[in-house]
Amino acid sequence: MIGEDDGLAAGREAFKEEAAELLAELETSLLELEENPTDEDLIGRVFRAMHTVKGSGAMFGFDDIAEFTHEVETAFDMVRMGKLAVSKELTNLTLRARDQIRTMIEASEGKTTVDHNVSKEIIDSLQVLTRGSSVSAAGQEPETETRKPSDSGDITHAVTYRIRFKPFADLFITGTNPILLINELRQMGNCMVVAQTDAIPHLEEFNPESCATYWDIILTTTHSSNAIKDVFIFVDDMCDIHVEVIDEEGEYDEDEGYMKLGQILAARGDVKIDELKKLLGKQKKVGEILVDAGIVDSGHIKSALAEQQHVKEVREQRQKSTDSAASIRVPSDRLDKLVDLVGELVTVQARLSQTAAIDAQAVLTSIAEEVERLTWELRDSMMSIRMLPIGTTFSKFKRLVRDLSIDLGKEIQMTTDGAETELDKTVIEKLNDPLVHIIRNSIDHGIEKPDVREAAGKPRMGTVHLSAGHAGANVLIKIEDDGAGLDKDRILKKAIDNGLIAPDAELSEKEIFGMIFAPGFSTAQTITNVSGRGVGMDVVKKNIDALRGLVEVKSKKGTGTTITLRLPLTLAIIDGLLVKIADEVFVIPLAVVEECVELTKKDIERTHGRHVSNVRGNLIPYIRLREHFLIDAEEPEMEQIVITEVEDKKVGFVVDYVIGEHQTVIKTLGRVFKDISGVSGATILGDGTVALIVDIPNLVRSVERHEPVAADTVGV
Amino acid sequence: MGKVIMTVDDSASVRQMVTFTLKGAGYTVVEAVDGKDALAKLGSTQINMMITDLNMPNLDGIGLIKGVRAMPAYKFIPIVMLTTESQDSKKQEGKSAGATGWIVKPFKPDQLLAVVKKVLG
Repeated sequence: MIGEDDGLAAGREAFKEEAAELLAELETSLLELEENPTDEDLIGRVFRAMHTVKGSGAMFGFDDIAEFTHEVETAFDMVRMGKLAVSKELTNLTLRARDQIRTMIEASEGKTTVDHNVSKEIIDSLQVLTRGSSVSAAGQEPETETRKPSDSGDITHAVTYRIRFKPFADLFITGTNPILLINELRQMGNCMVVAQTDAIPHLEEFNPESCATYWDIILTTTHSSNAIKDVFIFVDDMCDIHVEVIDEEGEYDEDEGYMKLGQILAARGDVKIDELKKLLGKQKKVGEILVDAGIVDSGHIKSALAEQQHVKEVREQRQKSTDSAASIRVPSDRLDKLVDLVGELVTVQARLSQTAAIDAQAVLTSIAEEVERLTWELRDSMMSIRMLPIGTTFSKFKRLVRDLSIDLGKEIQMTTDGAETELDKTVIEKLNDPLVHIIRNSIDHGIEKPDVREAAGKPRMGTVHLSAGHAGANVLIKIEDDGAGLDKDRILKKAIDNGLIAPDAELSEKEIFGMIFAPGFSTAQTITNVSGRGVGMDVVKKNIDALRGLVEVKSKKGTGTTITLRLPLTLAIIDGLLVKIADEVFVIPLAVVEECVELTKKDIERTHGRHVSNVRGNLIPYIRLREHFLIDAEEPEMEQIVITEVEDKKVGFVVDYVIGEHQTVIKTLGRVFKDISGVSGATILGDGTVALIVDIPNLVRSVERHEPVAADTVGV
Repeated sequence: MGKVIMTVDDSASVRQMVTFTLKGAGYTVVEAVDGKDALAKLGSTQINMMITDLNMPNLDGIGLIKGVRAMPAYKFIPIVMLTTESQDSKKQEGKSAGATGWIVKPFKPDQLLAVVKKVLG
């Protein structure tokens, strides 16, 4: 969030000061110019002063000044180009114009008023001067080279475009990165990109500073073709760009398929239709025949095939969405039952695979592999059935925000983003309560009353922004408000008062913000019927923990608070990495695993027993799971470090062996074990043994808290 | 994180606005008052992008772009010029000198950020 208004206000002040200086300089320059009417340096100075006043003026909202100055600038532009001579009349007019500009600036402060007749008279006289001597006064009219927004306006239905972007070899010398342009297209819709490499010369002739690649892009979007061309506006004259519509909703819809490969190539002009026909006698795929014959290279075929597939997909999708009757309603408990069964099946499949691996019978192994493949597919489609877009939950909150803000006498709007993000149904259900608490909190404590906001230079209307998006195997849900932000000192004071922390404790910002999730914690001065009782935020923390998620708070006093919920995509089955320590088997969620490296006794000696490892020049701290889980057995000569990334930090976990990937059906631990930290659940392996699932973020946090102790005990 | 952008403009108010907008978006900003100043500062600071005005005393935008492109380290960095609508010929001149793109003055903070994102990623 940028305080755009702050910037503009500061800019306006800066502009006024600057304009005063410029006008003073203008005056001296003009008077000197009257004596030396051909001094180019002086003419340049006058022009630049006018130019700056005009450019900056328009930027900070002084449109009248900009418009007026434009006329004077035009005159001096002509002088600069030798089309107009400096005359007594011109300097007189310019001096008057200068005074008029000063009046206009003063008028903007309310000190005086502008006589518009004077402005008009000056402009008219200037125009008489410039018209009189210029051959092409019309040519001086401002040209608008950027397209009007209405041209690049969006269309309502999806259109598929075929785009060929062929930059000239010297594209790079203008500092253009073509990949960024292609990425920009990607953001406009469903996009397929095929790089064409046939123009790249052999290595010895290859010049890395010239661009020899070109791209074929198939894009389905609701933007117009002008919007697509606008992406390439800067490279307009440095590339060949062709944009063609190849498929449009409502058109060709009677035929679900698409053109044959040969037709596409012919339509693109890559191959001639009669050459194609001649070759079609042979019974081979068109693409292969053409490549063999050397008429087109394989890059073009690839691109045409991509187009074929893309359009096919787009049309099938359309077919699907129109066939709404094809969906059926199923009670959700039946789905839950199905998920359980799939979970059991995964477990049995793991057993089968293991047995097959031990017996090493060719027939059994192949059956086991088949079953494995099918189970994976079954698991994935099962999961996708349970996925729901989060948008339904979002829309519920619109009402909440509206009602609450009226109750509290505040003006608040809610905006959302990423409503189409899909999450497991159970996760969505459990998210409802935490989100209600967070949003209530934002509205009650975060966003200020309209008058307070106005006084702080913010718009009267506060905003709560809900957004969702994917990040790896996680879904991020962000709740941002542009309210008052968290008051670090107040939270700290309250925490000390409540005895949550010692008065002399030194806490990081993150830890302080974390305090708001403590039970019974509230900094609200008065209890309203909305919040302030201190229940709520601890519910958030508890529920998100139960979902194996993370809560993160960021806040800046005066500008707002952002709460980020990081949630796993699904609760039932995850991909895990099986590891072994002595005879115990553990599962580390694969989503957090970055890589595995070896750790020898020598490595440990080299770091003098400190728990860090040098991985390609980066020092990565590690946790010895053996020590953490108190496993009392001799470690092998060579151990393994599983490197994980949690909250942007890399932490290694030392284990004896890494066994391999494992589909982990998560079983919750019984009530007795629910408070064990460092373990988030268990799973049953193929041979029937139980493996514990390591709770990586939790473990990292608990070790972080005891870091000094750990550092002491090591190294013995 | 923290890509460095240099803004070159003889107008303090434009510099202020550019700096404010870019800093708000998380960029680090270096200011220079004209082409000569910019080239001098390039000797000691590493930048990832440059936004320059065209009309400046001492060394104008075109001269600056040529100068920057002649430095091996900055041969391929994005350079965006600030132009006014009446300067179509200048725009061409700037492009042939090696400018990546342009922004037409007056512009809004959003427009500036959109262009920076377009050329810098």
